[in-house]
Amino acid sequence: MSSRKEKVRGFITSMFMADASMTLAESDSLLQRQIVDSTGFLELVSFLESEFGISVDYDEMLPENLDTLASIDAFLERKLGQKGSG
Amino acid sequence: MQTLPPMDYAAEADRIAESLRAITRRLHRRGLVVAMSGGIDSSVSAALAVRALGADRVYGLLLPERDSTLGDGSLGALLARHLGIRYEHQNISPALAALGCYDSQQQVLRRSFPGYGEGWKFKLAISSAMGGRVSVTRVVAEDPSGQRHEARLAAEDYQQLVAATNFKQRVRKTLEYYHADRLNYAVVGTPNRLEYDQGFFVKLGDGAADVKPIAHLYKTQVYEMARFLGLPDAITSTTPTTDTFSLAQGQDEFYFGLPYPQMDLVLWHVNEGRDATALAAALGCDVAAAEAHMAAVHAKRRTTANLHSPPLLVTEVPGIPVPL
Repeated sequence: MSSRKEKVRGFITSMFMADASMTLAESDSLLQRQIVDSTGFLELVSFLESEFGISVDYDEMLPENLDTLASIDAFLERKLGQKGSG
Repeated sequence: MQTLPPMDYAAEADRIAESLRAITRRLHRRGLVVAMSGGIDSSVSAALAVRALGADRVYGLLLPERDSTLGDGSLGALLARHLGIRYEHQNISPALAALGCYDSQQQVLRRSFPGYGEGWKFKLAISSAMGGRVSVTRVVAEDPSGQRHEARLAAEDYQQLVAATNFKQRVRKTLEYYHADRLNYAVVGTPNRLEYDQGFFVKLGDGAADVKPIAHLYKTQVYEMARFLGLPDAITSTTPTTDTFSLAQGQDEFYFGLPYPQMDLVLWHVNEGRDATALAAALGCDVAAAEAHMAAVHAKRRTTANLHSPPLLVTEVPGIPVPL
């Protein structure tokens, strides 16, 4: 597993999952499992922006980009690719 | 669009008044303090307090600050004169400035809008994101020329802006309890049912009180009650605002995402166990949108549950019953 994904997992589990016995699978929905609320999403986006040097537009705040570890990683892949090529 | 079922406002006003009398006695207090913004909720609460105890046992407070959208307290003064109660006016801007409320707000706003300063105004607005399941806060600023600027707030900036703004509700509550202690009165909290249910209040700010007489009334019912109680037109015709930010802001754009008559219907359908199909018919929207509105009600209840929570104890303290 990529260290990028582990960084995101570490952020989510330490910030939003107070119960140490809870685990977060790659395909777990942050919304459906009620792990992240509105303020939490702002925190998650701020983390992604500062940690990975990207900028997340309002239009990109969609479940397909940010609802699971897998989708966040794929979103980062695309954003960092754009950044690299731009 | 449908409306809520009818209510017998005379009977309801009497029921609330009787309850206010009993609670004031149970609290061993002699009267009630009400902070009056001139908005509909505090006006109805004050009028009900007078109905319960008489004008001579209700004390009104007008506590505007420099960003109050309801003006300098004149609407509250109009109500106090209408009700015949004693009242006091204190502008809380100097206290807020001394605490750093405005400086802290400005610090955040300058990060989003480098030119922000004298003559600018701002407000917060919400948009839905994540397919309607998450609210994102934007800050809207207006420069002195009237031009509007918008930015999405980073989490820490949003939190600082809210924390600074919460000084307003907490300073008001400090003054309400000063007068309550001085007079041996109890403090009236003035949330309506939407605000109380959905957590639209500041913990230990406007959320703090000894009694909340209209927390069970939907906003449309509060307006109806105001008309039944014969409150002045200048008060019954106001549009709900947060009365908190320098740029005029409706409660719907900041918190609820829907105008209050619709929001009342959403909450009523949830409370009555109706389904999204019934809500869609009531609102005139599609079922998916109704489902999203109902889901948002449950989500807000979850995320604001801590606002209702008293201080939590690690273990029970024998002999100290909670609640009173």
